[in-house]
Amino acid sequence: MRIGVLTFPGSLDDVDAARAVRLAGGEPVALWHADHDLKDVDAVILPGGFSYGDYLRAGAIAARAPLMQDVVARANDGMPVLGICNGFQVLCEAGLLPGALTRNSHLHFRNRDQVLVVERADTAWTSEYSEGQRIVIPVKNGEGRYVGSDADLDRLEGEGRVVFRYADGNPNGSSRDIAGVTSENGRVVGLMPHPEHAVEDLTGPSTDGLGFFTSVLKAVVAA
Amino acid sequence: MRVSRVVVDVVLKAEISDPQGQAVLGALGRLGHDGVRSVRQGKHFVLEVDGTPDEAELKQIAETLLANPVIEDVELHLPTD
Repeated sequence: MRIGVLTFPGSLDDVDAARAVRLAGGEPVALWHADHDLKDVDAVILPGGFSYGDYLRAGAIAARAPLMQDVVARANDGMPVLGICNGFQVLCEAGLLPGALTRNSHLHFRNRDQVLVVERADTAWTSEYSEGQRIVIPVKNGEGRYVGSDADLDRLEGEGRVVFRYADGNPNGSSRDIAGVTSENGRVVGLMPHPEHAVEDLTGPSTDGLGFFTSVLKAVVAA
Repeated sequence: MRVSRVVVDVVLKAEISDPQGQAVLGALGRLGHDGVRSVRQGKHFVLEVDGTPDEAELKQIAETLLANPVIEDVELHLPTD
């Protein structure tokens, strides 16, 4: 199972994402933003970091990278895509996910282990979890405040597209404690916290993040 | 070739809170500028374009790259001469 990890100039967590894929039993495939080559991958992860130094808006320039055109086209055909932190910002900027990520309400960079509640356990990236489950994975961002108009947020909630909510404290002022959302078909997921940093006891606060990477292997087999 | 100067201003929509603007407002209050009621921080782009600006193209640039219409309002200022 080939899981692509897309690197932009300024990506930081691509190596950790690839490692998480390997620990889950998949084959990580390095992808480069400037190529038009998805290398026959079955799914794509957009990793965390500061692509293009967050110039213009976080994720805005990366969302217009050449390979993103291919990612958007394949995602619209049902290929699973996961955006983590900066990758979530890229997915919103590319129009694959609704809403936007803005400066944290308290203006501080926030870095801590974060409790999340799983609200959707039927997406391509969350089938290994159960609805209502609490997981602990790191969050680290300065522009992670999820926003949208009230009407858009009401529609998202009505369609059940909130995948994760912050619990025991909202780290960035996100509307309605939203930590992650999904596309209409449940194949594209974006979240600010970092599951790839919680896949081994030695380095993470838990191994709760591993389920993302084992979930997608099942989703690809089932497709 | 003639070069035109086009200005694009981008600010967060009124319903999106602007913590940076609020921080600036707080600083102004501490400096004694009590008469400033609110501050909204935005971005100001100056584009130099060849020839006469194509309004439709510039509108597209402003609305699809320079601003994110989900959270921001954009104003395009074409040269008047």
